[in-house]
Amino acid sequence: MGRSLKKGPFITPKLFLKVQKQNDAGTKEPIKTWARACTIVPEFVGHTFMVHNGRVHLKVFVTEEMVGHRLGEFSPTRTFRGHGGKGKR
Amino acid sequence: MPRLLGVDIPNDRPAIISLTYLYGVGPKISRDLCHKAGIDPQIRARELREDELARLAALLDKDYVVEGQLRRQRNQNVVRLKDIGCYRGLRHRRGLPVRGQRTRTNARTRKGPKKTVAGKKGVKDMR
Repeated sequence: MGRSLKKGPFITPKLFLKVQKQNDAGTKEPIKTWARACTIVPEFVGHTFMVHNGRVHLKVFVTEEMVGHRLGEFSPTRTFRGHGGKGKR
Repeated sequence: MPRLLGVDIPNDRPAIISLTYLYGVGPKISRDLCHKAGIDPQIRARELREDELARLAALLDKDYVVEGQLRRQRNQNVVRLKDIGCYRGLRHRRGLPVRGQRTRTNARTRKGPKKTVAGKKGVKDMR
């Protein structure tokens, strides 16, 4: 089920502040973050985030099309190495 | 058989049913269409007059996305997900369920026919 419109999108306040600070300064440094649940808002476009996947921070460059998705959607948490195969076991 | 929007030729069933043979038209939209075009939903499709068909076609053209256009729209949505490299896009690429369903069992619609793997539990019993 979708989120109530009344509440608006969920944004991690701290992360949003950091982005705004960069927007004011005009810099585009990668931002390290654990906030996978944070919705991508238009202000984020053009920034690079280092999104934690439980092990490392993966680089995510935000484009316009990604607006409305969550940061975590771009940082896969599972590694699939395939099933079976010769000599693997 | 009457033709509607080029290729589609619904058969000789009630109008409300034959309209659902169009991609993107289900019972709900079909009912709305009959109502808006002033057509008896129970009349057989073969008994529809030219002007009634024209009215239906005009309505579909104006207010609804159906057939090729709908398929294209749907495809574009999937391509978009694949392009931005999000989780849902990855699932589409792999041909696995997109919305968090289990894949240990079931998920045959997305994964296709069963591929039996040797050495797995249960294979011996199948012989």
